Amino acid sequence: MKKKTHWYDWLWIASGLYLILGFVNILFAWLGLICFITPLLISVIRGNKAYCNKYCGRGQLFSLLGEKLHLSRNKPIPAWIRSKWFRYGFLTFFMIMFFNMLYVTWLVFAGSSSLQETVTLLWTFRLPWQWAYTDGMVTPWAAQFAFGFYSVMLTSTALGILTMAMFKPRSWCVYCPMGTMTQLICKAKNRGEG
Amino acid sequence: MVKKLAKVSQKECVACGCCMKVCPRKAISIPRGVYAVIDPKLCVGCGMCAKTCPADVISMISREAEA
Ligand code: SF4
Ligand code: SF4
Ligand code: SF4
Repeated sequence: MKKKTHWYDWLWIASGLYLILGFVNILFAWLGLICFITPLLISVIRGNKAYCNKYCGRGQLFSLLGEKLHLSRNKPIPAWIRSKWFRYGFLTFFMIMFFNMLYVTWLVFAGSSSLQETVTLLWTFRLPWQWAYTDGMVTPWAAQFAFGFYSVMLTSTALGILTMAMFKPRSWCVYCPMGTMTQLICKAKNRGEG
Repeated sequence: MVKKLAKVSQKECVACGCCMKVCPRKAISIPRGVYAVIDPKLCVGCGMCAKTCPADVISMISREAEA
């Protein structure tokens, strides 16, 4: 049985392209805000996870790598990863690091810190990334935000690829902060409804 | 006669929708974004959803046990 393909089944291309564009010009990282704002808006307005369920290109990318390219061991995920404390804990940690990134951006905006042309992987490893930016292209804080946001995206992709390989293809979706957050919003919105 | 039926552990479901995408019968929906719901009238017990679920929260149960 051949399944019908929808336009949104191609969004993995956008997600893949996004990662590549960050190597070309870091300012493309700003586009990643779409993947933050859209799922939140959908869950707040519609009260569902249609973003995860249909549109998310990142989830599709992991499916593709794991299923079509057979890069996944397809093993069950350890129970602690899907436990509430880990999922909510990871969301909390992720948010703290996200606000820290915004703070660094603000420091550059305020002029008390200078632009760092690096991408930080796994919140620890600073990778030189100056080839993707030429000084003076935009105001420094806007570039700092791009470097920071791309760090977030690259880090989550790296973790996602790791768990894609170790467990089932879309294991990232079990602890993805965006997925957890939108599920929490849906829970709050639909409270009391059968 | 269909003997098996997919059952979601709703407490542990992360509502990612992987099951929904692979179900050949469109038997799965996630109406409120909190957990997946399987329509027993449409499910043919193929087990695709259970195999794909990244959180491993779908089990295949026998129809008799359900009834
Ligand atoms: S859980 Fe995260 S990666 Fe998975 S579909 Fe949702 S937003 Fe995308
Ligand atoms: S694949 Fe598993 S975790 Fe995801 S929505 Fe379906 S039952 Fe829930
Ligand atoms: S067992 Fe097969 S038919 Fe039933 S819900 Fe899962 S994927 Fe759909």
